[in-house]
Amino acid sequence: MNDNAMIAVTDLTKRYAGRTAVAGISFTVARGEIVGLLGPNGAGKSTTMRILSCFMPATSGTVRVAGFDVFYQSDEVRRRIGYMPENNPLYPEMRVREYLKFRARLKGLNWRRSRERVGTVMEQCGLAEVGRRIIGQLSKGYKQRVGLADALVHEPELIILDEPTLGLDPHQIRAVRQLIKSLAQKHTVLISTHILPEAEMTCNRMLIMYDGKILAADTPDNLQRLMAGSSQIIAEIAAPADELRETWSQMPGIEQFDVSPCEGEFQRCALTPHDGYDLRPAIFALALERGWIMRELTRSRHSLEDIYVQVTRPTEEEEGE
Amino acid sequence: MKIFWVLTRRELASFFCSINGYVIIAAVTLLIGLSFVVLMTNLGSDPSPMPVTEMFYRTYFFWLIVLLATPALTMRLFALEKYSGTFETLMTTPVSDLQVVAAKFASALVFYTVMWLPMLACLFIVRHFTNQPGSLDAGTVGGMYLGVFLVGCLFLSLGCFASALTRSQVAAAMISFVLGVSLFSIGFLAEAIPVAAHWQSQVLSYFGLFEQMHDFARGVVDTRAVTFYVSLTFFFLFLTLRVVESRRWK
Repeated sequence: MNDNAMIAVTDLTKRYAGRTAVAGISFTVARGEIVGLLGPNGAGKSTTMRILSCFMPATSGTVRVAGFDVFYQSDEVRRRIGYMPENNPLYPEMRVREYLKFRARLKGLNWRRSRERVGTVMEQCGLAEVGRRIIGQLSKGYKQRVGLADALVHEPELIILDEPTLGLDPHQIRAVRQLIKSLAQKHTVLISTHILPEAEMTCNRMLIMYDGKILAADTPDNLQRLMAGSSQIIAEIAAPADELRETWSQMPGIEQFDVSPCEGEFQRCALTPHDGYDLRPAIFALALERGWIMRELTRSRHSLEDIYVQVTRPTEEEEGE
Repeated sequence: MKIFWVLTRRELASFFCSINGYVIIAAVTLLIGLSFVVLMTNLGSDPSPMPVTEMFYRTYFFWLIVLLATPALTMRLFALEKYSGTFETLMTTPVSDLQVVAAKFASALVFYTVMWLPMLACLFIVRHFTNQPGSLDAGTVGGMYLGVFLVGCLFLSLGCFASALTRSQVAAAMISFVLGVSLFSIGFLAEAIPVAAHWQSQVLSYFGLFEQMHDFARGVVDTRAVTFYVSLTFFFLFLTLRVVESRRWK
């Protein structure tokens, strides 16, 4: 096993009474990575995170964080992680600075160090002006930042954030993302989300979870490339439809084509190439050669959204059951 | 140990920085005041051979306070944290289960002791306005307070246990109230059982909280009673610890 791995999960299974939440997943996260755990609600993301943070034991399988087993060496693991659970629970009756100091002390920082660190994280998370406010009276965005500041306060090696942008407005989401990105240099970050653009923007790598299993794990770019095989090229050309059809059927590298009339004399051609092969230069050259007027030539990239929907859709056999 | 203090301070702060703590103190003060009124009427009518402390305890308000206030104190300890999810943030820091249980119990106990202070004031009023210095000596007051403290330990540990069982504060309060009342009534069972059933009544008499408190209020410190309270307290705290740990059982 890779010693450098921050998280090493092998065959992790978690069964609740009568229901399997996580079904034998394995993955590793290297130091310094930002990894997104992506999946619809109920996919097993929170369960995985709770096991990683030593809150619950796994039914079977081993989980190691920074080389320590989460079950047998949970103290060592807990010292090294900053965990923000879903819905970000806080003590509403405490004041922001007081709460962060309490948390810092709990995490083993001494008095002087905790004061220092609380000052730093409050600055980092934009909490400096609300230090004396009571947490219960803060807005959702500020509360979320308090939760983040708490996860960061003891400078953990691994930061686990469960749905960190849940229920925030777009401005606040952007601020939180910015903050998470800024953590990348020093920490390893594992965030869970069901919002795709969020993972796409912040993560180096994504794990797509569905129904307790990991369906795909790769960088956002690679996942897109994976899907490019079935991408399409759209060309709108002013030429007789029959001539176009004939040309496409003779052109190498085209698997499928469809020509439909547009407004005027333009025809809209949807071409499916072999293996993600890029046909655009060839089409452009052809249009020049024949003197066709072309007003559009694009490759429709599959967005991660498509990938997500595709991999998280139940397969046909499952539907048949 | 350091973490224990940090946790205890936070728990105490949540008693004293919220309305809950003061509502409980106010209610208890009201009950103590009522018992004081009853005491005064009794003392005013005819002379009594009993120590004043024992009469205090005789008013029955005492048990009302213990039985009602302890569930109110302890119900939120674990149940609220579980309900609001802060239990998860708490237990994922490097604290041990024992530290958490001990800190929660200790803070409840401190609050409980503070809650009884108004009674001390009542006793001093009695002393001030009677010109008999012997009517209230340090021994009986100390014994009384030791009794109050030990009974508190027992009922608070019971409440901790009830609170750890559930995530609903109301359920926690009801469980600890029912457990407390049952424990309290066992003592009366001893009197109901015929003397012929020898050892049974002997065993049950150890559970006679009512009778034991009687002794304490007279200033008699019976080591059997002290052992009984202390060991039962530890027993319930141990159960609480096991419940908190059970989350990690496979």
